[in-house]
Amino acid sequence: MLSQAANETLEIGIDIGRLPIAVQTDDPEYIRILERRFARFQCNPAAAVARLELTVAEPSFSIGDDDELKVERAGTQWTMRRGDFAAQWNPTERRGEVRSLPFHYALDSVLRIVHSLVLAETGEGFLLHSASVIRNGRAFLFSGVSGAGKTTISRLAPADATLLSDEISYVRLLGERYYAFGTPFAGDLGVSGENVMAPLHTIYFLNKGEHNRISPVSPAAAVSTLLRNVLFFADDESLVGRVFQTACEFVSRVPVFELTFRPDAEVWNLIR
Amino acid sequence: MSEKYIKPSRNIAARMLDDEMIVMSVRDSAVYSLNATASVIWSAADGSTPLREIVASKVVPQFEVEPEVAYQDALELVEELAREGILVVADHPIKQQDSA
Repeated sequence: MLSQAANETLEIGIDIGRLPIAVQTDDPEYIRILERRFARFQCNPAAAVARLELTVAEPSFSIGDDDELKVERAGTQWTMRRGDFAAQWNPTERRGEVRSLPFHYALDSVLRIVHSLVLAETGEGFLLHSASVIRNGRAFLFSGVSGAGKTTISRLAPADATLLSDEISYVRLLGERYYAFGTPFAGDLGVSGENVMAPLHTIYFLNKGEHNRISPVSPAAAVSTLLRNVLFFADDESLVGRVFQTACEFVSRVPVFELTFRPDAEVWNLIR
Repeated sequence: MSEKYIKPSRNIAARMLDDEMIVMSVRDSAVYSLNATASVIWSAADGSTPLREIVASKVVPQFEVEPEVAYQDALELVEELAREGILVVADHPIKQQDSA
């Protein structure tokens, strides 16, 4: 949903994981790009619980030669910098400023970082390198590093499965249960997830192999592997400790298995 | 024979899951899991109770082991955890500010 204020500032609401963020800019072209990019995740900006102000940088804008992302706490604020954007985020006020070229990639990254920081600070959940789908009203996560098979297993999903993401999954505790939410963040599949949610049934750590097999995972291995796949950008010891506690809480509530699979649709016979 | 005192390092996070104590160093995100015996010792590592007393009061009754054998195993364990940087071991009681 798009709104235009009296001062010509344009605004859209982007709701991922039930954390609606209003994004403001005065560039009509940029807002149209964002409107298309986040079509499935748009919401009324008036419902937003956080706000980002975008400033479109001049075409020659670059703050560095490389693509390395730096996220640092500076007093009460977080700063984020990469070659194509510079941003600040105030976690107390839940407001931020972004300066970037008018492409959605920069805002994609800022949104991932902001959501990660909010979830880390509240201890409610995390973003995870993981594919996720809903089947029969229950969400399943398939986590792994690049090449582990996230996109492959998403592509093999049966017709009755709803794709939440083939790359970045959103996990959040609501009440006593963890839920998986759809995200617009796509991997090689190149398709945005659906903007729906479901209670999380199982998480699988993916491996490709000759045969389909589900194996148990010890709590320590589950926490360790989970932490390796959680998106967390900040070098901040207190937040790292909170993410650890969140990972432990998650492992204590959600069944964790290793899924070794060969790339054909039969693997889905094991996912129930 | 001097007493040994033990206390978790300051920059760690720990959580009991099932029967395992899961410990993470927040400096490098390394994750360790402690078995049942080690978890009992870890949970009693308050910096003021001598290790020999922890072994005698917590480990020996629960795991039915010889006190001296249990103590030697415990010494080996705490020295290993100290080398990993997740536990502080000292010849004197450990105050909060000493558990760096």
